[in-house]
Amino acid sequence: MRGISKHFGAVQALTEVDFEVYPGEVVALVGDNGAGKSTLVKCVAGTHAPDGGKIVFEGREVKIASPSDATHLGIETVYQDLALCDNLDVVQNMFLGRERVQRLIPLAVEPLSEIEMEKQALGVLESLRVTTIDSVRTKVASLSGGQRQSVAISKAVMWNSKVVLLDEPTAALGVAQTEQVLALIAQLREQGLGVVVISHNLAEVLDVADRIVVLRLGRRAATFERGEATPDDVVAAITGARMLKIGGNR
Amino acid sequence: MRMAQDDLATPQTPPDGIATVVQERGLRGSMRTLMTLGLRRVRQGELGPLPVILGLIVIALYFGSQTSWIFLNARNMSNLVLQIAAIGSVATGIVLVLLLGEIDLSVGSIAGLTSAVLGVLVVYHNWPWWLAIIATLAVGAAIGAFQGAWFGLFGVPAFVVTLAGFLAWQGVQLRVLGPNGTVNVFEPHIDNIAATYLPTIWGWALGVGVAVTYTAANLIKQIRRRRAGLSSQPLAVLLVWTTIIAAISLGAVGYLNSYAGVPTAGVVMLGLVLFFVWVTTNTKFGRYVYAVGGNIEAARRAGINVTAIRIWVFTLSGMLAAVGGLIFTSRLTAASTQTGGGTFLLEAIAAAVIGGTSLFGGRGSVWAALLGALVIGSVSNGLDLMSQPPEIKYMVEGGILLVAVTVDAISRRGRAAAGR
Repeated sequence: MRGISKHFGAVQALTEVDFEVYPGEVVALVGDNGAGKSTLVKCVAGTHAPDGGKIVFEGREVKIASPSDATHLGIETVYQDLALCDNLDVVQNMFLGRERVQRLIPLAVEPLSEIEMEKQALGVLESLRVTTIDSVRTKVASLSGGQRQSVAISKAVMWNSKVVLLDEPTAALGVAQTEQVLALIAQLREQGLGVVVISHNLAEVLDVADRIVVLRLGRRAATFERGEATPDDVVAAITGARMLKIGGNR
Repeated sequence: MRMAQDDLATPQTPPDGIATVVQERGLRGSMRTLMTLGLRRVRQGELGPLPVILGLIVIALYFGSQTSWIFLNARNMSNLVLQIAAIGSVATGIVLVLLLGEIDLSVGSIAGLTSAVLGVLVVYHNWPWWLAIIATLAVGAAIGAFQGAWFGLFGVPAFVVTLAGFLAWQGVQLRVLGPNGTVNVFEPHIDNIAATYLPTIWGWALGVGVAVTYTAANLIKQIRRRRAGLSSQPLAVLLVWTTIIAAISLGAVGYLNSYAGVPTAGVVMLGLVLFFVWVTTNTKFGRYVYAVGGNIEAARRAGINVTAIRIWVFTLSGMLAAVGGLIFTSRLTAASTQTGGGTFLLEAIAAAVIGGTSLFGGRGSVWAALLGALVIGSVSNGLDLMSQPPEIKYMVEGGILLVAVTVDAISRRGRAAAGR
């Protein structure tokens, strides 16, 4: 993303922000409240259309005008509220809106092919090493926060997606469950996906991210490569106490 | 055969020598698993049809004992089936609407209006019976689609749209019937729906058909799941369910046959219930209805066209209300100004809720329509047999509805407490 700008009325939410994520890389997007993290993610996810700048995906310039444009490109977003149906089970949630059917009589009688979906869901969960879910036929309502997050992320990556945006994936989780989700994020990187994590938790960000991008007041304030930042540096960049590597020109 | 059984009963194929032991352990073990799972579900507030089935047994025993068992005799049961055919059909539509988390208050008026349309078309305009029936169902569907669109497109709460419909369609019903009011419908095909019974042999065929289809479908499913390497039900559980379903369907047919046979109207209702059970559990449409009722935002983000689902569900509700109107016309051999009025609307909604459909959306099954209609119908029928006046009937039915909704609300709290 090059020079992305976005304003809401008189409020300039993003000012010429550059942002990039490469396959097999976890990028953390951090910043104080109102720094523009969510707005930036929504521009990539297709929920907001940027006012200026361009988006380059796999070497060519693309327009992302709607969430389905993003999905078609292979960009999936997991929002904080997860968007799962409590009254449906794991498989049903993972395939929601993209169910597999058997074409008994095309367009007239097309029963769901539950077996195929269940097999595929199990395959995805296994490939992501999600082992905490006993049965994929459990209603999502009875899963723990970490399990729900795992389901939401698995759902996002099972469609040949290339980039996954995670909005505060561990915000509501306990220690053990956070571990699960961080392991899952590492697993996504293993599989060659580009992962963008929005987070407030610096310890966790330093632990999992290959790169940390700091937004401040709608601008990119700093960039840290893995291992080169201390928590103090990041906090300083977030609060604006010190400016490092302004603009980030990778 | 033996091997095949063992194969189904236990996950791993046991060595020959211990096959019997393992099978027994498999049977007992699976029953125990079933019990534990069942208990856990009850504690977590997933009651399913359990309360209503217990309720039905209590009701049957109470009214049986109070009427020197006249309530339970074959003739009265046959009568009961006829009495609940209309409510069961209309409640099927209500279940669909409740699954969305909405309500349809217009179904009584739609049943009344469509009954009037049917009568007027056949009697005043001499339409052939089949064309009049198609037109009647189309009118119901069109009204439902109109209300659904108003709700889905303009975002006016369904409660208000259908409340307006409740009044308006009643007005249209009176206008359609004209100054003469009641239209007597002496058209043999239409009247026969509620006046005829399946010949004994066809009744048996129906009962056997239901049992065999259920068993075969379930068996094929379990075999395919095993082949796909997925967890499958142990054979013992399958056997238990098959026995229960076969006992119920054959028992009911045999009992009804001992009087006059299975009432045709009952077959219509059962067919509708079974069809919509299939639709809600086996099609994309059904899945989307549950998804919209469960989490509308998730449904929308999954790319589901929420507005279209809403319009479809209200269309179906309107059409099923028209089926109710058709059955009414047939039973009364008339379309009257009273048809679909009175307590009918509330009884249909009560049936859906008593049957175990949550008012909060996303939980329940179309079976609720049948079970709930049986409860409402039994109470009404039983009180009539005890020669209780209508005021008692109203109070009892009101009380039962309140209990059913309370069970729903409390089990919802149970789910919340269990982290659901």
